[in-house]
Amino acid sequence: MLVTDQERLKSDIGKWLERYGRDRSALIPVLQEIQKKYSRISEYGMQVVADQLGIHPVEVYSVVSFYSFLDHKPKGKFVIRLCRTISCDMQGKARVAQQLKSDLGIDFGETTRDGKFTLEWANCLGMCDQGPAMLVNDVVYTRVTPAMVHDILEACRKTFGVYALESKHEEGHA
Amino acid sequence: MITPNHKAPLTFASIELDAGLKAALAKPRSDLIAEVTASQLKGRGGAGFPTGVKWNLAAAAQADVKFVICNADEGEPGTFKDRVILTDHADLVFEGMTIGGYAIGSNTGILYLRGEYTYLRPHLDAVLAARRQKGLLGKNVAGKQGFDFDIEIRMGSGAYVCGEETALIESLEGCRGEPRNRPPFPVDTGFNNKPSIVNNVETFAWVTCILVKGSAWFKAIGTQRSTGLKIMSVSGDCAQPGIYEFPLGITIAKMLEAVGGVGAKAVQIGGASGQCIPASEFNRTIAYEDVSTGGAIIVFGPHRDMLAVARNFLEFFVEESCGQCTPCRDGNPKLLEGVELLEQGRCSMRYLNELASLGETMQVASKCGLGQSSPNAFLSIIKNFKGEVMGRTQGETH
Ligand SMILES: Cc1cc2nc3c(=O)[nH]c(=O)nc-3n(C[C@H](O)[C@H](O)[C@H](O)COP(=O)(O)O)c2cc1C
Ligand code: SF4
Ligand code: FES
Repeated sequence: MLVTDQERLKSDIGKWLERYGRDRSALIPVLQEIQKKYSRISEYGMQVVADQLGIHPVEVYSVVSFYSFLDHKPKGKFVIRLCRTISCDMQGKARVAQQLKSDLGIDFGETTRDGKFTLEWANCLGMCDQGPAMLVNDVVYTRVTPAMVHDILEACRKTFGVYALESKHEEGHA
Repeated sequence: MITPNHKAPLTFASIELDAGLKAALAKPRSDLIAEVTASQLKGRGGAGFPTGVKWNLAAAAQADVKFVICNADEGEPGTFKDRVILTDHADLVFEGMTIGGYAIGSNTGILYLRGEYTYLRPHLDAVLAARRQKGLLGKNVAGKQGFDFDIEIRMGSGAYVCGEETALIESLEGCRGEPRNRPPFPVDTGFNNKPSIVNNVETFAWVTCILVKGSAWFKAIGTQRSTGLKIMSVSGDCAQPGIYEFPLGITIAKMLEAVGGVGAKAVQIGGASGQCIPASEFNRTIAYEDVSTGGAIIVFGPHRDMLAVARNFLEFFVEESCGQCTPCRDGNPKLLEGVELLEQGRCSMRYLNELASLGETMQVASKCGLGQSSPNAFLSIIKNFKGEVMGRTQGETH
């Protein structure tokens, strides 16, 4: 990491600690911000957070390792999480999984070489009545078919910027 | 695209906004809690603890600071009702939390939203902002002098166990989501060691309805021990999956008729932690005194392989166990190995019995509800579908 990158991370962390308060309960919100912006929580980042909160870096590491949405290894810009739980399983998640693997050329748990995509399994996403369900970053896709996979990936490839696929509220209001 | 899957309008849609809050603020605190208690509302998150009793304990606790926590971690496989409630009726939930704040003497509400629902965040922030604008949050809520209350949202990070209330609190405090021993309970030592009520999204929404329509209305529905209505998340092999509102005490058979699931071979009630009920027991009722549930109903059609179902649930628990205690950490992988042996047709009846007693040990010896309920599906499947799961030949599925 370049010094300037480290400085940027450090100043971001400072900013987030201002927002969430400088006590232990700010830890996870700050880690979530780091994960979102930098696609990982580096050792340096953990060290800075630990120093600022006055806790041991090992404490921070143990928190990062506990939560599946926090990761110290670099992740792709787009993290794809396909639900593998029972209702999606019964609605054909296996074929969607196969197509994702073929189109991305990677297996679950891996990241594409260009750093664009990480493919992961998720447990029930709360969309069981309209599976197979899948998250791409924060965006939910429902009733995914193998044929839709290509278009979803293309839509990602065409977007740039870290917040590209953040929080679009798609749900219809009844 | 997420489509709203409502089969019929929910009661929530008929409730006049802020009428419940105003009715609550017009009462002395003790009367308000008495009204909730009289409805006999039990927690809609799964455990079924009486809400009025919980609030009374927190109200009685002496402390300068208290918290109202809404559990929107909704991670139980097969459950999605809280997502729908937060999408369509967030005001009722925030109103219920505000009523809770007044009841127990708290100024701060926290909605703990699962990370998977991050897309709902802008919508919920907007609802909160509008409530602040209208004076329904902030200083002197709805004109009630001396009652200040506001709500913040905190995000989960992809751990099912954080839905367990003490793990949720650990997570709010910036720690690993490892459940604590209970007692002490959150009503005494909750978030930051302060008295806290933790309630499910749906529970708060019903509180609001009860304040509008009265405890007698609620109590008249359901059974003696399970009063009121319950929102069910229905998925699996049925013609019309989605969200339903049923009175508690409904039989499984009747429910299957309503969702287009007649002819099912089994129904999983209560998600992965629940029980798998075979067709021969479809006359049983959904109620705290019979088959209890937080609202997840998964229908299995005649062609489903029940062993594959048991495998899917056990894989879930192996992954989601926090690893803190031995029965759960080591027991779930053992049961999963047992499923593999069954798949290969290499599990003796003696060994199967040993696995069943291991499951029973896990039910009593695990530290939290995750481990205590993780063997339920496996145990009910090997009990009810013995013929289907035993004596398989290589590669055979059902
Ligand atoms: C492993 C586990 C996961 C849980 N997940 C949830 C959840 O996602 N939402 C919820 O409301 N309750 C969940 N609970 C139950 C909570 O511990 C707690 O009983 C509930 O939030 C209390 O609210 P209620 O009384 O309104 O139901 C879970 C319990 C366990 C053991
Ligand atoms: S039962 Fe499982 S989830 Fe609960 S404390 Fe023990 S290991 Fe953790
Ligand atoms: S089982 Fe896939 S979203 Fe619930």
